[in-house]
Order: sequence, then C-alpha cells, then structure tokens
Amino acid sequence: MASTASPSTGPAPEAGDGLAIATGGKPASGGKRAQLRSVMQAVGMLPVLILLALGFHFLGGHRFLTASNLSIVAQQASINTVLASGMTFVILTGGIDLSVGSTLAAAAMAALIVSLVPVWGFLAIPAGLLAGLAVGLVNGGLITAIGLPPFIVTLGTLTAVRGLARLMGGDNTVFNPNLSFASIGNDGIPVGNGVVVPWLAVIALVVVLLSWFILRRTVLGVRIYAVGGNPAAARLSGIRVGAVLLFVYAAAGLLAGLGGVMAAARLYAANGLQLGQSYELDAIAAVILGGTSFVGGVGSIWGTLIGALIIAVLTNGLILVGVSDIWQFIVKGLVIIGAVTLDRFRQPNART
Amino acid sequence: MTGTGGAIPALEMRGISKTFPGVRALDSVSLAAFAGEVLALMGENGAGKSTLMKVLSGAYRADPGGAILIDGREVTIDGPQSARALGIAIIYQELALAPNLTVAENIYLGDEIARPGGRIDRRAMADGCRPVLERLGTPFGPGTIVGTLSIAEQQLVEIARALHRRSRILVLDEPTTALSARETDRLFALVRQLRADGIALIYISHRMAEIYDLADRVTVLRDGSFAGTLDHASISAERIVKLMVGRDLSSFYTKQHDPGAVRGEVALEVRGLTDGGRRVKPCSFTLHKGEVLGLAGLVGAGRTELARLIYGADRAAGGTVAIDGVIRTIADPREALAAGIAYLTEDRKGLGLFLDMTCQDNINLGVIEQDARGHVVLDRARARSRARSRFGALRIRAPSPLVTVGGLSGGNQQKVLIGRLLETGPRVLILDEPTRGIDIGAKTEIYRLIDDLAKHGLGVLMISSEMGEIIGVCDRVLVMREGAIVGEVGGAGQPAITQENIMFHAAGLDAA
Repeated sequence: MASTASPSTGPAPEAGDGLAIATGGKPASGGKRAQLRSVMQAVGMLPVLILLALGFHFLGGHRFLTASNLSIVAQQASINTVLASGMTFVILTGGIDLSVGSTLAAAAMAALIVSLVPVWGFLAIPAGLLAGLAVGLVNGGLITAIGLPPFIVTLGTLTAVRGLARLMGGDNTVFNPNLSFASIGNDGIPVGNGVVVPWLAVIALVVVLLSWFILRRTVLGVRIYAVGGNPAAARLSGIRVGAVLLFVYAAAGLLAGLGGVMAAARLYAANGLQLGQSYELDAIAAVILGGTSFVGGVGSIWGTLIGALIIAVLTNGLILVGVSDIWQFIVKGLVIIGAVTLDRFRQPNART
Repeated sequence: MTGTGGAIPALEMRGISKTFPGVRALDSVSLAAFAGEVLALMGENGAGKSTLMKVLSGAYRADPGGAILIDGREVTIDGPQSARALGIAIIYQELALAPNLTVAENIYLGDEIARPGGRIDRRAMADGCRPVLERLGTPFGPGTIVGTLSIAEQQLVEIARALHRRSRILVLDEPTTALSARETDRLFALVRQLRADGIALIYISHRMAEIYDLADRVTVLRDGSFAGTLDHASISAERIVKLMVGRDLSSFYTKQHDPGAVRGEVALEVRGLTDGGRRVKPCSFTLHKGEVLGLAGLVGAGRTELARLIYGADRAAGGTVAIDGVIRTIADPREALAAGIAYLTEDRKGLGLFLDMTCQDNINLGVIEQDARGHVVLDRARARSRARSRFGALRIRAPSPLVTVGGLSGGNQQKVLIGRLLETGPRVLILDEPTRGIDIGAKTEIYRLIDDLAKHGLGVLMISSEMGEIIGVCDRVLVMREGAIVGEVGGAGQPAITQENIMFHAAGLDAA
C-alpha cells in the first residue's frame, strides 16, 4: 500500500467543464465587465452598419449620407423592422415564423377591402391587424396545442395564407385611390429643409421600443428568454411554456398585420400574389445579423434594429452606386454571411 | 492474478498534468495498470478521473512534463487514432454507437471492409466479427440493428468492438450505471473473463460493492492529484473514503436541527402515489416539519420518478399528495410551487438552470411575477436585493449577480439554483442529488444549509446515491427498489442508518 496524501487545495475543478470558471475576478470590476460585455453584445453589428454607410457615401458620390436619402432608407427599413421585431420574439424562444410575408399580404388585402366598404371603412386598420393576429394565433395554437415543429407549421401557413390572400381579392389587385390612412405611408414629421421623418419609420421605432420594454422590463420578457434558453427547465420552474409560445407567435402575427397595414398605406393597393414575397427571409436575416441565437435564449431587439438597417442600407446603397439588380442579390447574401462570420470571430462562444 | 511483482505494467502514466485556463485539472498524476488485473480508479466528482481518461484516449493533450508508457515504452498519444492504434479502448457511460446501423457495421465503424470499387462488403464484416461475439457469448448476431438492443447489450457491442480492434487496455467508465442487477452480474463475469485473458482493465466506479467484488488494486484521485493506491488486501471503504475526501467523513456533517422532528407535525403526506406501475408503484410516506428524510436506492430504483410525480413534473395515475394535512391537486410544477413544494433537479444544467441568463434572473425566476408591479412590469430593485442577499446567505462566489450562470463552477451553479427554490418560500423541499458534481467545499456548505433549513421547520426530502451523505445528513431513510418503497431505516423502532441496513433493502437482500 503506497498512500501519499497530498494537501487538499481548495475547491476541486470540475473535470467536465473546467474551461469556463471565472470566479477569481475582483467582485467590483466584474459587474462592470459584465455590463461592458452586454453593451458590446448589443452594439454588435453597429460598426458594420457605420462602415457600410460610409463606404456607400464615398463610393456613391457623397449622396448616401444626406438627410433626404436617410429619410428614404428609414422608410425602406421600417416594414422589415416591424416584421423582424416579431421574428425576434419567436427566434428568442428557439422557434421560427416563415409565414410573416404571406400574413403581411393577407393583412394588407383585408385592410384595403374593408377600406372600400362604405360606412365601415374606418375599420380598415383594425381589420388588417386582426387578420395578422388571427394567423399568429393559428400558428401558436398548432405549435403549442399539438406540439408540431414551428418550422413545419409556419411553412404550411406560409403557403396557405398566401393562397388566402389571393382568394380575398379574387386574385386581383385591390386598389383604393382615396385610402383614408394613406398619409401613414407617405407623409411624415417635417424637420426643416423639406426633409421629413416618415410616419412608417416612427411606427417602426415605436414597435422597437415597445418590444424592448416587453423583453427587458416585463415578467413576460424574462420568461421568453427562459423558454428559449431551456424549455424543460422553464416548465419545471413553473412557467406556462405554452402560453409564452402562444404569445410570441401571436405577436409575430400581429406585427405582420401591422406591416400589412403599413404596406397598404404606402401603395394604396395590395396584390395577394406579389405583396410581401420572401419578406420573411429579410426579417430572419435582420434578426440573425442582430446577433440573436438561432437556438433561442440569447439576443436583443437593438441588434435586430441594426440588422434591419444594414439590410436597408445595402439595398439603398447598392442602387445608389449603380450595382445591377442581379448583383445586388449576390452582394447582399455575401454581406450577411460575412457579417455573421465576423461576429463569430469577435465572440467565439456565441451560438448563432 | 495480480501480476504486480516486478512486472512491467501494460500501461503507466507518469506525472500527468493538465491545465485549463485558470484551472489545474490534473497535477502530476501517476497510475500503473498491469495486464490481467482490474485497477479501480476512484475519486469524487471533479477529482480528475475523466480528465485523466481523456488524456489517455487522446481527447486532451497533457501538459509537457509527463509521460505515458505502454509495456515500458514511452509513447505519444496525440489523438483518438493513436490511442486506438496503441490498443487503448474507453467505454464511456454514454455509449458511442450508431443506433441505426447493425452490430457488424458498428464494430467495423471507421475501418469498414470494402470490395474493389468501394462497395461495402457486409458479409465479410459479419464473418469478421462473429468470433468476437461468440467469445463474449452475445445473444445477438452481427446483423442486429444496434438501436433495438438494450443498454447492457449495446455495452457488449462496445466491448466487442474494443476486442475486435485487439485493444489490450480497456477502460470502463461507470459501466453499471444503467444496468439491472442481473445485467451487472453478467458484466462482472465478462470483466473477470477479460482479466483472465490478460487484458489490463481500468474500472471507474463510485460503488463500493463493485470495487470489493472486482478490483485487484484501487487508485484514488483527489482534487486533481494522486491521493494513493491500495492493494487488494488493504481495500476498505473507510480507507478509500479517507483518501477521496482527505479527512474523516464525520467532520463535515453537522446536525444542529432537532432530530425529534421525526415525530413532529406532518409537512408532506404521500399516499399511494403511482404513475400506473411503469416506473413507480404505489408509494406512501410522511415527511415531518423540520425533518431530513433520505430517499436511498440504486440508480433506476424510481427515486427521481417518484419525486417528479410529487412535484407534478410527470402525471400521476393515482394517489394523493397532502401538504400540512390538506390534499392538493398537483397537475404541473406551477401548482406544486403554489402548494409550497420546491424540487431541485438532479440535472442542474439540463433541467435546472438557464445558463445564458444572469445569476440574478436565475434566482428571481420563481418570484418575478409576485414581485412585479401589476404582475407585469419587473421590479428590478427588488430583484437586485433578492439576488444580493442570496449571494451573501449562500456564499455564492461570482464576480457579480449580473454575470451569466453558465460561467460559474458547479458548486456555485448549484447554489444559484437552490437560491431560486428558496425564494419561492417552500414548506417542502425535494433535493435530488444535491451535491452531484460539486467540490467538497460547496458540498459541506450545502449540508450545513440543509441542516439549517430543517432547523427552521422545512421538511426536506433528499435523494442521494452517496451513502456517506445519506447517513450523515438524514434523520430517517426510505429505501426504494424497482419503483417501490421497500424499507425504512432510522425511524422509531427501525434499524439504525448504516450502509449495511440500507443496502440490505436496496439490493433486495430482504426479498431473497
């Protein structure tokens, strides 16, 4: 028997995960460091956005960073920002909503059709919002009650609701030249020199602020992060996981409905076949660019706003510097992949 | 049988160290395993057993300075391939098989036999592994799909694969965790057969009975260091435990709560609770205020399943749960929490914590709604003060309550999780393996906490597979076997709480 006892040296390291023990830091600076890290996470893609804007400004003959062009960019970003806000809720729970583009089309159709009804025309906006909410509740209901995977449910509603949108207008464009709420889509708050802050951008900003409030300042917000981070633990800690999921899909639907109202206001018209095609992909891209984890539980609405702005800046800037339509697609796709790759290197532990 | 007398060991690891950023997981550890013997490797969770075996398997590279010798010759293991080529095979608790492939395909995984042109030669593979399967006496053939086999049979497939590759050093990492008593017996017979065939076996286990049964020698690690090696003649539970913890067990259990609580007011009364008989047969017991009631039994005896039924995590098929004498319907964890029951899961990371969320959010999760203004808007000042006082009371060592809980050590993570349960103000606390995977310092603190909670009148039901803590912490112990409560020790008119008395029920000696 050869027994050499060695003095026990404090807490034993855990064999499996000895890599991430950070208990040695000074308590005072630790909190600040954690705060700095969360700021860095929130800022995330902001440098990319700024670089892109500066690049387009100098490549495009100093026309990009002008008040009037930025007003246009803000307007172009607004509908996607609203959709992407809803998508942020959904992706934070580890889900996905592929149906928002179709829902937007159906909601726009509903709003325009109601706006043409004599007397009841003032109900156009509620009709659009309700149409969106209804689709969201169907998505959420199927996912929570039957337990179907979100990808499959919303892939189904993506197609079915597109069909509904076409059916609503008899497969024709619905047009209302005297649309009562058209000013939402085409006017704004004047800020001098003929420049306006578009109402659409104001709405998008309000949606972002409201989303931030829900996610960071309410019980529901904490539960959304909890359900996304660890659904089994969420259930064991007494969270009604189904109710949380129902909320996020309903919110995504409602915001798609709002997007539909915004699109209708902008165009005075809606076409069930064309409107909102592949909008869901831009919304997902904005969320991913914003650093929200695809498996759920990690992300922020500010990241999503920056992501939506990057996409709008790319679209606007590429046109400004005269890149052809075909190349715009290629460049946009590559920038999305490149930006997320960059993010990976910046924070190697992040799970996108 | 034990070829230690001057022979050259089949495997020798000398002065192996492994440093992770900020942590020294292994500090100059040495061990030797001889052909034809079973070397048991023991140590608390986190003592460095898995890290050492990962160095052996090539999953980790050791720090410079140590040496690994096979048959006395120094070798370099720089990856799983070279470990395999040197005849080293490790069979982990989580089996590494492809469930959708056949036994033969799994045995040949990575070096399949192909006919000219690249087409796989199934017949040659089946013929090739038949001798090994016959040697092991497997009840299945080479063409069986692995996913259809039981865990014990899948383990045989892994062993067959190791033998087929002519491995001469075989590591078994807690192989009996998921096995029934009969399957365990069969595995032991096989281990003895392999030993007789001249294979060097390293056997990792926490179960003292298995060590007595199988081991020729025992090497114990503690806190990443070599604590000692015991020869066959000197193996005893006391000696092993002393090596594992570095001191006598009795020194870190302190009982200050009133042991008379065993006869006090009833906090929880369970009557005939069952899931329909699949995992839990009708179970009845009472837990008193201020009592620490142990729930002992082997893994798979149904302890966690019973706890989950009480907590409403799984749906009960029959029976009642009463708190303070009132029968409560508990269909989900939400209702359990409302009734005053809190449950600490055995799977801290999988079912307990939100690793990406801050300590503060994790601690407050159960009470944010009652704290919130209008039950909607978070009361952040309240959350901060709750987290701060939990940090102080439970001595959670983290830079700040605002760091994510995933970065903490196991012990501190466990304290955060316990903090969440305590915030909900439970009257009954069910702790499922409360000290699993945490260091000894934190363990001692958790024992003190349990004692303190009992002193303040909580009823505590503690599930544990560590005999030492069951004996040291509990006032009374229920023993489960095959889904039923089969015995009680420590209560009035019952036998004393000893390892023998518990094992008597747990292993089914009372039935024999």
